[in-house]
Formats: sequence, structure tokens, C-alpha cells
Amino acid sequence: MTSSTITFDGVSHAFGDTPVLRDISLTLAEKRIAVVGANGSGKSTFARMINGLLLPDQGAVSIGGLDTAKDGKAVRRRVGFVFQNPDNQIVFPIVEEDVAFGMKNLKFSKAEIETKTGKMLRRYGLEGHRSHPAHLLSGGQKQLLAISGVLVMDPEVIVFDEPTTLLDLRNKLRVAEAIEALEQTAVVVTHDLDLIADFDRVIVFDEGRILADDAPTPALKAYVEAMSGV
Amino acid sequence: MFELYRPGNSFLHAMRPGAKLLALAAAGTGVFLLPGLPAIIAVMLAVLAIYAATGLGLATAWAQLRPVLLVFAILFAAQVFIAGWLTGAFFIARFATLLLLAGLLTLTTRVSDMVAAMEIGFQVLRPLGLNPSKISLALALALRFIPVLAQITGEVREAQRVRGLDGSIIAVAIPVIVRTLRMSDAIADAIEARGYNPDKA
Repeated sequence: MTSSTITFDGVSHAFGDTPVLRDISLTLAEKRIAVVGANGSGKSTFARMINGLLLPDQGAVSIGGLDTAKDGKAVRRRVGFVFQNPDNQIVFPIVEEDVAFGMKNLKFSKAEIETKTGKMLRRYGLEGHRSHPAHLLSGGQKQLLAISGVLVMDPEVIVFDEPTTLLDLRNKLRVAEAIEALEQTAVVVTHDLDLIADFDRVIVFDEGRILADDAPTPALKAYVEAMSGV
Repeated sequence: MFELYRPGNSFLHAMRPGAKLLALAAAGTGVFLLPGLPAIIAVMLAVLAIYAATGLGLATAWAQLRPVLLVFAILFAAQVFIAGWLTGAFFIARFATLLLLAGLLTLTTRVSDMVAAMEIGFQVLRPLGLNPSKISLALALALRFIPVLAQITGEVREAQRVRGLDGSIIAVAIPVIVRTLRMSDAIADAIEARGYNPDKA
């Protein structure tokens, strides 16, 4: 097991009386993992459990042996999370301040914050917007800013919750390129099947259960068949 | 007015945020102690000179006042009616000077630096059970989300106009409140996911 191995052991979860995950057990050790499923199938709940934003009612989730229920802080340092709507993720009004937010929370030194902020903004072509208000960026730039704010915290795993849903084609391609180029393990929850065509593993959720867990071609075939009622 | 910080190398940019906040508090109090219109106009000219000297420029100073011109006009008319034009002019000059002074702070200070300074200042509130870290983050979030809330309101107003409900305040207010509450849950998740710890030292 590596420090980025994700383990779900008999995980169940409900919102009120509605079960959203039912006895999920799996180990994720691949570099690119996709999670697909219909709305309400449990995939976002599954994603939120990976960095401890949600804790299971039953069972346990661990990242490289760290239990999300017991070692929440350490898990959050290891697992970054990029949300669907970057407007809900950008906390500070100015681009460079927002990139620095997570690093300040993790007590990085001032020099380190300065260096990593510059490096990350250059990487995603945001250097020219460094001192600009974040709300004036385009949708794609905002999502890249959200990714930057997570990457500077040096996570080993990054969970993306529908990262391209709100983007036009050009920005979708930019974000897809950014995900493809990551060195870290990426778990991507998405409805965008083109985005995950070359992934290592695709998990299909249906009503809180795993419907398929395979390479993209067979898993997506099972997904499409289930959705079209074949 | 949402473009807060302007990068620069002036003495105000270099000044410590805490010192600037204290200076603003002192200057704001001082403005209320000034005796008459000539004195307040002299101070206003001095503040405008600072705008010029720091490279912010007079256009930026004007941009601080422009959004409240209507409020100025209403207040001036009320003061003229109640106490005469001289008092009205004094009142408006004092108000404008305060806004210009506050603008000098926000235009030359990064929000994150201001938040850090406020966090230190708010430590005195800790014995009252208040958490300085939470208060300062709330202030930063308020500044960040003013334009987002304005955008949401615009979207809802447009949607209601299409449905013929453009005259109804309730038809706009309720969806805006619902969306804002949903957004606040998402923001709380995002802040938590980025390692924020309100109980830090």
C-alpha cells in the first residue's frame, strides 16, 4: 500500500432515511480514477468521503492507512478537493491571496508561499492576473485558479467533483489538460465521458452501489446500457 | 468599487496594515472634531493629495465617491431643508472625506494582510468567547462574495423578468436567499477542504 492508496471498507451512508452509499468496499491504487453515475447515484458522496468532508455512517475510509474519521487533519493535507463551481471555492478576492490561503492554513513559510504561488500561477497562465480580482477571471481561469489553490498544498491525491460541468469547450479542454498533466493521483467525478476515456479505472455508481468497476471501455459500456435501459 | 487592492510601491503600500487601520480610526475620529467647512475642505484636499502622491490618482478618488453620489444628494437636500446649505455642505464634505480615507486603506492593503492584522486586533475579543480567526475570515468572505451575490441577484432578476415578475421584490429575494444559503454550505466545505482551522493559535 502506498500513501495515496484509497480504501473503502464496508462503507454505508444515508441522508435521513435515504441511503446514498450501500456497503461499498474497494481499494483504489491507480493514477487516474473516474467515478460516473446518474444524479443521486452516490458518486459525490463517495468523493466527499475521500478527504473526510463526509464521514461514513458505517464502515471506514482510509488514505494510505490514515482513517478519515480519526486523522481528519492529516487526511486533508494528503487529499485536495476541487469543487464543481470554482466560485464557491475561491475564498479571497485577489488571485494570489486565494492561492496562498491553503498554504497559510498549513503554516508554510512566507518565502515558500511566495515561490509556490508564482510557480503555480505561471504553470496555469495566470501570472498576468496575479494581483487581479478573482471574480473578473473567465470560468476556465477560475477553475484553474481553484486547482492551483489545491496543488500548492502538495496533496498526494486530488479529488475533482464535476470539474468541467460549468465550462465551455475551450475551458473544458484546458482543465482536462491540467488534470492529465498532474503527477498526483486524480479521482474525477464527472458526467463528461470524453474526459475519462484514457483513465486507468472507471467506477460506475447506481443507487448507492457499484454497477461496474473496470477499464473505461467496458465500464462505460455497462453505464450507457444501464442508463438507456438495455 | 469591487476592485479593492491596487498594487504599488508608495509609502502607504509599505506601511503595516495594523498601523494603517489605527491611522484610519484616528483620522476618522479627527474628521468629526473639525470645526467648520474650510477645515474639512482643507483635509479633503490633503487626502486627495495623498491619492496623487501614492500613484492612485484623482480618478481613483472619484471612483470611491461616484457610487454614493445619489445618497449624497438626498442627504444634502435633507440637511439644506433642516439646517441650511452651509451645514449640508459641511455634512457631505465630512462624509466624502471619510470615504476617501477608507479608500486609501483598502486600495493600498491586500485583503489577506488586512485580515491578518484584524485577527491580531480582535484577540481582545477572545475573553468574550469570540474567535478572532472566524471574524476576520468572515470579513474577507464578505469582500470576496459581494460581486458574486450581485451576479446571483442579476441572474435571478433576469429569470423573474422573463416570467413577468420583475416588479416583485419577494420573487427576487427568495431565490437569491435560497441560492446564497446553498452556496454558503459549499463554501464551508471548500474552506474545510483547504485546511482551515479556526482554533489555530
